[in-house]
Amino acid sequence: MIRIENAGHRYGSQHWLFRELSVTFPSARIAAILGPNGCGKTTLLRAISRTLTLKEGIIDIDGHVGFVPQALTADQSYSAADMVLMGRSRYLGRFSSPGRKDRERAYESLEEVGLVALAEQRYDRLSGGQRQLVLLARALASDCRVLVLDEPASTLDMANQGVVLRLLLRLASSLGLTVLFTTHHPDHAIGIADTTLLMQRNGTHVCGPTGEVLTEGNLARMYGVPVRRVDVHVDEETASAIVPLHGLRSKAPDQPLVP
Amino acid sequence: MGSAISGSAASLPSRSERSFALLYFALAAGLILVLLWAIASGRYQIPFGTVLSIIVSHLVAVKATWTTTEAVVVETVRLPRVLAAAIAGAGLSLCGAVLQAIFRNPLVGPQTIGASSGAALGGVIVIFLVGFGPLVQIGAFGGAALALVAVLALHRSDNLSPILTLVLAGVVVSAFCTALVGLVTYLADPETTLQVIVFWLLGSFAPSTWLHCGLIAVCTAVAAAVLIGMRWRVNVLSLGDEEARTLGVNPGRDRLILLAAACLAISSQVAVSGTIGWVGLIIPNLARMIVGADNRQLLPVSTFLGAIFLVAADTLARSLTPAEIPVGIITALIGTPIFALLLRRTTRSGAA
Repeated sequence: MIRIENAGHRYGSQHWLFRELSVTFPSARIAAILGPNGCGKTTLLRAISRTLTLKEGIIDIDGHVGFVPQALTADQSYSAADMVLMGRSRYLGRFSSPGRKDRERAYESLEEVGLVALAEQRYDRLSGGQRQLVLLARALASDCRVLVLDEPASTLDMANQGVVLRLLLRLASSLGLTVLFTTHHPDHAIGIADTTLLMQRNGTHVCGPTGEVLTEGNLARMYGVPVRRVDVHVDEETASAIVPLHGLRSKAPDQPLVP
Repeated sequence: MGSAISGSAASLPSRSERSFALLYFALAAGLILVLLWAIASGRYQIPFGTVLSIIVSHLVAVKATWTTTEAVVVETVRLPRVLAAAIAGAGLSLCGAVLQAIFRNPLVGPQTIGASSGAALGGVIVIFLVGFGPLVQIGAFGGAALALVAVLALHRSDNLSPILTLVLAGVVVSAFCTALVGLVTYLADPETTLQVIVFWLLGSFAPSTWLHCGLIAVCTAVAAAVLIGMRWRVNVLSLGDEEARTLGVNPGRDRLILLAAACLAISSQVAVSGTIGWVGLIIPNLARMIVGADNRQLLPVSTFLGAIFLVAADTLARSLTPAEIPVGIITALIGTPIFALLLRRTTRSGAA
């Protein structure tokens, strides 16, 4: 569970990125954060993963956070297995190195994300999707109960987006992890998130069940681009997609949201 | 790419452990051979076998087949010098590897944090004021420690890009120390102290005695225990501060401990033999080509290679010409072309 109460932050004396933000993301569920660039998504994630101290408010989490950064840089020439082993560092003293048990846990995590075959490959020679999965395995190897991901699928091709999203779904349902991720794709939130938090650049926000919050109206008000929600029925299954209509006349973004 | 999916988890570690054991055996053997060669060679040539018997005679009873001169040359002239060179090379190279990892920059060396030039300044001031003697060592320690404190104080004023400011602070403090060294050299009496200062700054193991050897051995052993002991933390720090924090590690305190240990080793080396450049920059890069970036292997392998390299360089320095060449010149002559090659290689592989 992640409980955020009256959170607020600003850098120096700039304007508040967000204020009076109070939300609770329940255990063993998936939550998504959507919002335009510069609305404070990453700042909130950093606060949740304790690499930044908020100016206001408290964040309450049971256990430590497994943080998965974006796999943008690849200047690390460690093997994939060693990168995952780094997740064990919090359990190791200053003068100790990972042992047999830690290595077994690392391989277990690699197995979880389906990358055991690439364990001895160099991290900087992996593809973007594989690097993202390695970082995810590293968080899993730290035995976290809360998994926080910064745009885990943004830079991936469609096949790998599917791999990551399905993996998050499985981690929440079978391992009972609380998953929180940021995204620029409303489809990703609709696809797997139970709860969605919409953050605006003017510091306001709306949070609730994904279906109720991610409406055509709210998305259009937030981004200024008209959208249509399309529900598709294939055999027994139903899936929804958000289609942005860039051809239509756009409206002013950052309009007040409807809870 | 992944031919043995299920078996790889169990079999790979043991296979790599075996090849690492072989590598360490080869490095240890190489170091012993280089040490014996270094003791045997010089203006007064001593046969290999005689060197071996003189050394072994301290451990087990051996019938003396050597002359007293040979024993004196081996025991009081060459052995302390060769060991001091080995320990200095090991310490410089180990510190270089650690600094390159925690500053995430393969072109960083012991000079970068200002410790080398700080130690040089401390030593030069002592030579200028009271002449060459045991006080030089204390001066070098003090100078290196002060330089480190200055670097850390400069670095403290900025929290946004700590890694970059730390390197820049090192450059600033180094430049300041080098300017002061120049000033002291300018003021020094050309008849007496100037020669001593210049020769000491160029770097030499010639005056090494068992006292020097003991000093550098103790300091380097303490530093190496800390640096190699924290080898996994060095791995974590090499990911950057933010990543280290999300992995549950406090990077600030760990970096301070590592820097203090590196400062101890570097200052003891400068105190004993003056500034010797390039070892701490080149050798870790060579080691990285052999074993990769993992500091669990990189740190010990760098230590061995640094020892081998500096012993060989020092032996060349005293046997190439009748008059001894300062070892710092030899390391620079060997180091710079290798560095140029390294630079080409890194940029080319980065582009590929």
